Amino acid sequence: MRNRAALASALCLAAFPGISVYAGRNNTSDARRFFKQLPNDRKIQQAMNRLTFGPRPGDVQRVKALGLKKWVDRQLHPERTPENPVLETKLRTLDTLTMTGSEMVRNYPTPQTVRQMVQGQIPFPQDPDRRLTIQKLVARAERKQGDLNANADADANAATPLRDLVTPQEARALRTGTSQQRLAAFLALPKDKQDDVLAALPQGARQGLFAHAPPELRRRIEMANGPQQVVARDLMEGKVLRAVYSHRQLSEVLDDFWFNHFNIYLDKGADRYLVTGYERDAIRPHVLGRFRDLLEATAKSPAMLFYLDNWQSVGPDSPAVRGRKNSRGLNENYGRELLELHTLGVDGGYTQKDVTEAARCFTGWTINQPQRGGTFLFNQRVHDDGEKVVLGVKIPAGGGESDGEKVLDLLARHPSTARFISKKLAMRFVADEPPASLVDRMAQTFLKTDGDLRAVMQTMLGSKEFWSEGAYRSKLKSPFEMVVSAVRSLDADVDYAFPLVNQVAQLGEPLYRKQEPTGYSNSSQEWLNSGGLLGRMNFALQLADNRVPGVKVEAARVEAAKVEAAKAGRPDDPAAGIGLGSPEFQKH
Amino acid sequence: MRIPTPARRGNTRRIFLRNSAVAMVGVGSAPGWLQRALYAAEAPAQRQKILVAIFQRGAADGLNVVVPHGEKAYYNLRPTIAVPRPASASGQREDAAIDLDGFFGLHPSLAPLKPLYDRQHLAIVDAAGSPDPTRSHFDAQDYMESGTPGLKATHDGWMNRALPKARGKVSPVRAISLGPVLPRAMRGDEPAIALQSIDGFQINDGFQINDGFQVPNAEAARAFQEMYTNAKDPALRATGRETFEAVAMLQSIRGQAYTPAAGAQYPRGRFGDNLRQIAQLIKAEVGVEMAFADVAGWDHHVNELGGRASEGQLANLLREFGQALAAFWQDMGDRMEDVVVVTMSEFGRTARENGNRGTDHGHANCMFAMGGTVKGGKVYGQWPGLEPEQLYEGRDLAVTTDFRDVLGELVAQHLGTPSVKGVFPGYVPKFLGLA
Repeated sequence: MRNRAALASALCLAAFPGISVYAGRNNTSDARRFFKQLPNDRKIQQAMNRLTFGPRPGDVQRVKALGLKKWVDRQLHPERTPENPVLETKLRTLDTLTMTGSEMVRNYPTPQTVRQMVQGQIPFPQDPDRRLTIQKLVARAERKQGDLNANADADANAATPLRDLVTPQEARALRTGTSQQRLAAFLALPKDKQDDVLAALPQGARQGLFAHAPPELRRRIEMANGPQQVVARDLMEGKVLRAVYSHRQLSEVLDDFWFNHFNIYLDKGADRYLVTGYERDAIRPHVLGRFRDLLEATAKSPAMLFYLDNWQSVGPDSPAVRGRKNSRGLNENYGRELLELHTLGVDGGYTQKDVTEAARCFTGWTINQPQRGGTFLFNQRVHDDGEKVVLGVKIPAGGGESDGEKVLDLLARHPSTARFISKKLAMRFVADEPPASLVDRMAQTFLKTDGDLRAVMQTMLGSKEFWSEGAYRSKLKSPFEMVVSAVRSLDADVDYAFPLVNQVAQLGEPLYRKQEPTGYSNSSQEWLNSGGLLGRMNFALQLADNRVPGVKVEAARVEAAKVEAAKAGRPDDPAAGIGLGSPEFQKH
Repeated sequence: MRIPTPARRGNTRRIFLRNSAVAMVGVGSAPGWLQRALYAAEAPAQRQKILVAIFQRGAADGLNVVVPHGEKAYYNLRPTIAVPRPASASGQREDAAIDLDGFFGLHPSLAPLKPLYDRQHLAIVDAAGSPDPTRSHFDAQDYMESGTPGLKATHDGWMNRALPKARGKVSPVRAISLGPVLPRAMRGDEPAIALQSIDGFQINDGFQINDGFQVPNAEAARAFQEMYTNAKDPALRATGRETFEAVAMLQSIRGQAYTPAAGAQYPRGRFGDNLRQIAQLIKAEVGVEMAFADVAGWDHHVNELGGRASEGQLANLLREFGQALAAFWQDMGDRMEDVVVVTMSEFGRTARENGNRGTDHGHANCMFAMGGTVKGGKVYGQWPGLEPEQLYEGRDLAVTTDFRDVLGELVAQHLGTPSVKGVFPGYVPKFLGLA
């Protein structure tokens, strides 16, 4: 066989000059290492490891030329760096990323929504092409209705059989040969037939066309698979593309961090159409802004209101239910996670009573038309307008919508929140068990600046601890970090990101699909296990051998990596001849 | 309130052995086969006892799983999501609780487990849980898996500590978890393996497929093994070593089609797949002593049940859960004599339904123990009652049995670990007599 293994082990990231020992548990010698400064070239490496999704070839030199301090400062002010035009072009095809919830619902409807369009309850999309596609779905739905008059869920998939659409020779050509040959056979069909043929092909055959299809055809294949899946796919692919290509790397790392902090599970009902806007409008604009703004943006986002059920929570003594039996009532799900996970932390000093009182404050914070894209709505009729006491602070009766805002004020300025957020950031950026002195200083900045997250990051990035031996390469990459950094290290071109999305999921971190509100752990330990390691090694082999669909690695790049390793005189040194599946590459 | 009397058991208790299927494990390539033979030669002659732990993540609503239908307060507290009382003997309504002992009943979706209960291979412990008052999913799961409620500093899990200290050669797959991450319960000093699928557990290039199975890439495997053997990071070095030993051990059962015995039908989905693979691993006699699988999605704050008790989120999840356990039982056949499956969830849910036909975070829950030698057919534990003054903090079912009592007894009596002191530090489990 070809020397795949040798290739992988020789894949060199000359940018990684050395490694340190993974600190399993804290002890005094570990503590001292946080005060031992890194030499300058390793400082650049540390910045690349923690503030980006891993260096691309040439990145280290570029930072050296610019000056590390200046580079860090630019990353802290992402608006000053023009975005990578390559990224912008690639994102353009993922059109749901810029849509409102209601536009997504109409353009990429579920079978139920298609039925509602037929019944005139929801308007068709305005874009003429899209309208045509949806009308075809409707026609198919009606045909199916006529045929079977049954099973409503299957409507959108009811298609004309392939044999009625193409000749036997054409059908055979669509199913045999290489994927390029099949694609050519497909593109040779008359244009007006193509969508119907897509719908008629078995899903496997349809998927087989994907790898080499141009973006526009891919979208049509996805429409044939099920329009409602497009929204989720765009979201996930967009995340991978940004992480790989963005020039504003710290911004992307922070987006990953804060989405995970305010985690939402994509597959919970209406959230399928709400998470795109949540990340774009509630998370991204605030990751270097004020925590209070970020907190309120999440609290009022329909995605969060839906995910943690607050939209259904009703004041037990509110006007809407007063005197009625068996009506809806209080739901404390959001109230609890707000205190435990979003702000104070589980040891932040609150009681069950505080949870219930906070939940009362948020009654009436609900969603206007959650199934049609959804917007925030305060509904006074279901609000509990009595007096509440949260964390010892009285919230007078009659406050309406402002009750919840007062709770957010209280929480955003609470010392427990400052500590909890600072520690979590330090765990992500510095070490699994960050030094308490650093967390203290970050928390002080948080309190002094009224939760200015950029200032908190500046305190961290101005610290000795961040640039220390103790922090350097002490963390295991998450699956997302591993996959993206591998792609970046080879300067691979990502034409189509979904295979990478699947890869990250297989390694244990399905994007936007952490069901629990805790999000994924920021600790290395979470990702250290045998199945995960094997998965990483296998991915490394596939990527280096150019066999990840949709991703292209230049053979010259792999060769160059080997040559660099040899030139550096370390062809056999595992610290130099790093393969993407090697132990060294799993750390950052 | 009343204390339910356990179902009476006959004098002669016989294990109901059905379909004594011989493990259908093919003889694979020589090295793996040899390795297994070597392992078998050094392993104790006696067949290994095995403990399988199932974690229901998200806090299952125990009161709607094992329904206290004899308790009037239950129906008062849950006007819209209670499971109806069992039907009279004349007919089993599919929406009603399945009576166990005149006081408790199973949710109708758990019908596949009723025969196991009747044959006394399924024991239920009610009002079980953690003494720690937390209602945080994360903390409660952490405590239940570390086995040290209230102590966050514990670095390892109870299952890892319960593994008998190795004497001679031990199997690299003695502790195995199905899923992408190693659960807290299995982390610790003894080797423990996480795998997503038996077939995928090898170095391959995701490219060559033979008869539907991945073809291993031996050359790359050797290269990686060498890298990890020499890794400077001790944690990666140790995990790497465990990994490659386990890969070699499983070599002979990879690439073999597996047909569950006795026509057992695992439900579709991850949980069923995982139990099927645990069965396959145990039957392959590769030295599994502990296995772990989890099933998520029990956090039902809204619309826990549908218009009928047999519909809706909890009903669907319980159906999958019950079918998977029953299929595992059937598939394992005689081997269940050496196996106990125990289930747990981090806490229960509020006794009273909330404002959205759901339940919020509560306290006590129920646990199941299933196995050939389990003294089943009985609901263990002391029922604390659901009257306002009996509820924990005025809202939840009180804990009357510490979850460590159940796990501790299984570790001591089933696995035969001589001392459970080190497994549950600072706690002396009180055995219920179910193992």
